[in-house]
Amino acid sequence: MRDVAQGPLLDLSGLEAWYGESHILHGVDMNVRRGEVVCLLGRNGAGKSTTLRSIMGIVGKRKGSVKFEGVETISMASDRIARLGLAFCPEERAIFSSLDVKENLLLPPQVKPGGLSLDQIFELFPNLKERLSSQGTKLSGGEQQMLAIGRILRTGAQLLLLDEPTEGLAPVIIQQIGVTIRKLKEQGFTILLVEQNFRFAATLADRYYVMEHGKIIDSFANSELEANMEKLHDYLGV
Amino acid sequence: MAAVAHSPSAARDASHRRDEMIAFAIMAILLAIAPLFAYPVFLMQAICFALYACAFNLLLGYVGLLSFGHAMFMGSASYFSAHIAKVWGWPPELAIIAATLGAAAIGVVTGALSIRRQGIYFAMVTLALSQMIYFFCLQAPFTHGEDGIQGVPQGRMFGLFDLSHQMTLYFVVLGIFLLAFLFIHRIINSPFGDVLKAIRENEPRAISLGYKADQYKLAAFVLSAALAGLAGATKALVSQNASLTDVHWSMSGEAVLMVLVGGLGTIFGPVVGAFVIIAMQNYLASYGQLVTIMQGLIFVVCVLVFRRGIVGEIAHRFNKSL
Repeated sequence: MRDVAQGPLLDLSGLEAWYGESHILHGVDMNVRRGEVVCLLGRNGAGKSTTLRSIMGIVGKRKGSVKFEGVETISMASDRIARLGLAFCPEERAIFSSLDVKENLLLPPQVKPGGLSLDQIFELFPNLKERLSSQGTKLSGGEQQMLAIGRILRTGAQLLLLDEPTEGLAPVIIQQIGVTIRKLKEQGFTILLVEQNFRFAATLADRYYVMEHGKIIDSFANSELEANMEKLHDYLGV
Repeated sequence: MAAVAHSPSAARDASHRRDEMIAFAIMAILLAIAPLFAYPVFLMQAICFALYACAFNLLLGYVGLLSFGHAMFMGSASYFSAHIAKVWGWPPELAIIAATLGAAAIGVVTGALSIRRQGIYFAMVTLALSQMIYFFCLQAPFTHGEDGIQGVPQGRMFGLFDLSHQMTLYFVVLGIFLLAFLFIHRIINSPFGDVLKAIRENEPRAISLGYKADQYKLAAFVLSAALAGLAGATKALVSQNASLTDVHWSMSGEAVLMVLVGGLGTIFGPVVGAFVIIAMQNYLASYGQLVTIMQGLIFVVCVLVFRRGIVGEIAHRFNKSL
């Protein structure tokens, strides 16, 4: 469906970020190629979510370089970054509770042609179709997560930044989200995934980056996963 | 997954819209027959305040911005329309339109300065700006200081309706109010309104979806200013004067009071709130300063007992959106 060309879609180099006075990211270097699913692993507080938020420009202060399709975005406002074709699904999901499901789905602006239609979104998440007029607050956790992912698919963004999409969800729903992410990949979406649930990530990712103390400390492809298993257990403390 | 009964979306939307339309029709009919039972000048004042409160609610209830300076829009527009009608001799419809645009222009400037801040800071910036306008009105020659502009001619609306005839004036004022009310209703239920609600709930998220939140907030601020101006401009023709009370900070406070008593973020709440507060001021006027204390008590009761406001509580009880 989409043009799966090689070459990095997203390229971070020396990315630093601060929340107020605290220095969170100390020079993150990583890239994501078109059509890939890249997973960012690391312990709590390693800076995974902050990396995603820094890519979107929603941290206090950031430095270094974030290039999307070769365009430097480090000094852009968050709304302009979003309009380049990046979409972020935050950990807390941030469903607008005073809007109903349909309004939540229709709210994000279309930034690029080629986003999914509502019907295509309902194919991925049939539950949403049944809950179309429910208020955002009346959804279950799983439905909220589906809505949070669903609403960024309409925008035409090519790169999806998903922050712990499985957190706090029942196994059956985690499985459903895994199936969805795989389908999205088949449709040509590029995905940068932050995940604590390593077993979930291992079924999806093409490549892994491991973070610690605000830096990338290791990276390997899915094919090298077996060889790196021991190291990884060490890094993640599992 | 939570098993909540759900009706198809279209039917639900339609039933909401029907509830609102019925409520609107009841309100329009009640206001149309009200002069049979109450003093028309009082009713017109109350209608102007209802519009003022609705304008204020657009900003506080749907964008979450608590302005403490809305008197500057109401007050300056009432000076504009009084001056334009009396000194320039323009017909009432042009005086009202020009004054509304004037209030919108003030809204653009004050909004651009104030929407950069939130919460208490936003309230303080708007209060400071509105105090500047107040002292300007106190000093400027065309406002006539403490005297205000008196004896404003009401003229003929569109050259047809003689506004010095009380019932004609009443229905013109009612017409202006109902049109403005429908306009606000349209704004709130438009995609633009959804973005405003999204910004109210989670501004960083709305921005990271690609919206320039500041532009939306400014647009809402200017709309609210213009509508408050429309209320002030109309009120100047009703009372045939423009005075310092309309630009005084207590007028900004009154907007907060009316909206909270009626129901914050409900469409009909500000109307009910305005009528309650204006009726109290009017019918309890013989108690003098005690009115303020009674208002304070009502406010305290409102905040303690029915926090959603009168209409908010009713809507909640019957699970309707009003």
